[in-house]
Amino acid sequence: MTDTTTDTVPAVTYKVRKARHPILGFVLQQPLGAMGLLVIIIMMLCGLFAEVVAPYDPLQIDYMAILQAPSADHWMGTDDFGRDILSRVIYGARTALAVGFIASLAGCSIGAIIGMVSAYFGGWVDTIIQRLMDVLLSFPIIVLALAIVAILGKNVVGGIDINLIIAIGLPIIPKVARVIRSSALAIRELPYIDAARAAGFSHKRIVMRHILPNVTAPFLIMLTAYVAQAILLEASLSFLGLGVTEPTPAWGLMLSGSAAQYYQEAPWMIIFPGIAISLAVFAFNLFGDALRDWLDPKVRM
Amino acid sequence: MLAYTIRRILLMVPTLLGVAILVFLMLRLMPGDIVETMLREGGGNVPAHVIEQERVRLGLDKPIHIQFISWFGGILQGDFGASMWTGKPVLHEIGSRLELSLQIALMATFLAVLIALPLGTLAAIFKNTIVDHVIRVISIAGLAIPSFWLGMVIILLLLTFYGWIPPLTFTSFFEDPWRNLSQLIWPAMAVGYRYSAVATRMARSSILEVMQEDYIRTARAKGVYERLVVARHGMRNALLPVITVIGLEFAFLIGGLVVTEQVFNLNGIGRLFVQATTRGDYTMIQGLVLLVAVTFIMVNFLIDMLYAALDPRIRYK
Repeated sequence: MTDTTTDTVPAVTYKVRKARHPILGFVLQQPLGAMGLLVIIIMMLCGLFAEVVAPYDPLQIDYMAILQAPSADHWMGTDDFGRDILSRVIYGARTALAVGFIASLAGCSIGAIIGMVSAYFGGWVDTIIQRLMDVLLSFPIIVLALAIVAILGKNVVGGIDINLIIAIGLPIIPKVARVIRSSALAIRELPYIDAARAAGFSHKRIVMRHILPNVTAPFLIMLTAYVAQAILLEASLSFLGLGVTEPTPAWGLMLSGSAAQYYQEAPWMIIFPGIAISLAVFAFNLFGDALRDWLDPKVRM
Repeated sequence: MLAYTIRRILLMVPTLLGVAILVFLMLRLMPGDIVETMLREGGGNVPAHVIEQERVRLGLDKPIHIQFISWFGGILQGDFGASMWTGKPVLHEIGSRLELSLQIALMATFLAVLIALPLGTLAAIFKNTIVDHVIRVISIAGLAIPSFWLGMVIILLLLTFYGWIPPLTFTSFFEDPWRNLSQLIWPAMAVGYRYSAVATRMARSSILEVMQEDYIRTARAKGVYERLVVARHGMRNALLPVITVIGLEFAFLIGGLVVTEQVFNLNGIGRLFVQATTRGDYTMIQGLVLLVAVTFIMVNFLIDMLYAALDPRIRYK
């Protein structure tokens, strides 16, 4: 009986599409996002190999070449100390990306842990954590960051201001905690969590091994999106003179101080750093948007 | 509606209390002693007994919960303390700068709504066409371009093309509306661009979501013109999330103003905040942070009320 049926089935051969490489798939489905990724990679390379890429030393003061307009020697001109703006923009990528990534990673990781714990335990733990997050959410990002900077002051360790990272990373925590909590709430109800509990696993193990892998998609999406926010916030704080300080090349810093004084005569002093900030944030936003559409269209930021 | 309002007000209490506690703790968690910082401002050595006297005068020798209650009691009576820099009451300093910042915020909101609603609707109607892509790029750019830089570029453009820069001293709208507007429209534009970008994106996704509802299909099936379907059935129902975003962003505008006021040399709330931060004027920071947070919670509350008024389903949940 079974033999005859298999015989009568027409021999249709399905053309099995070759599984596309995931990166190639992303590029084809999300061309705008891929462009963003390309810009991000270029900026990362510039930041990493700034010594090789930059034509001049960004701190090199040259009083013979003050406030020069863009030329073959100085593609983006020079500032009021005769420092090469292109080199400062390139080194600025290092500052922006380092601060952006570290602050976003720290904020998203802490936020994710808080969100998972909140969802997993539920009950009064959940209520207290959510109230606390509500309180943090009632402060505009920059207001919270400014208050932290004012209270903590500076604390530079290994060239990076830890308190600046805290100021930029803290406002991210409640937002991430909220999104991760809602994702984790759905996962908590799944049978394998019950199974893990029945098997006697510790809470820590269940959260880290059974819930964490399932919230990776929203985590990655938010990580990228908040790098953009962190870069913008760092630029704003530096612009106000409360973030990265001279002589470290940072985009926001390049728009403040003497630049604010001279930019009406020497517009190149502000045009290029501003474009750099916008481009970086633009690229991360494009990539983040595309990543969301690609990984998990349901996540709402 | 009354029951809903009461429930919503009760829900607000723990958040407000939490904000108050956090703002109160801000100064107590600060490394170093606030009194020493205050007294040593002028430099030189301050004898220990003077510091002790000042501590007693400020009530810092009492247990922390007593301190909180007296501080909070003061806040409730409108006493935010005196600025450590100018010595004037914090509320007075804030009040004298509020008009300017509030006007920019309102103008930016107006601009944002004016731009966002048509753009968002267009993007939704022409989803995935060139129109949508262009609008998307415009709005993502709005999220990326820092408002302070945009402000500088606006000044540069005005200078290059008209040889003119906005007046630097503030004139009240009621004294000289033309002069007032010619000064404040530019910062409002610089801040409003980002604002409109956020609202445009929200309007687009919200309209797209509504257009998939059954009643839209019903409206189309009974032969209503597409334009009317979008305007009457679509936009109307898509407006709620857009109102939320506009309200929340309004509360967050102070963030945009902090940097933009610096560029346009305006003496508003944002500037006050930056000055307080650089000078270490902690009572002022405390007052400003508290005020902004309370504004935010209030706006949130008003949005919820508006929701409930517009959509009866919410009240009964």
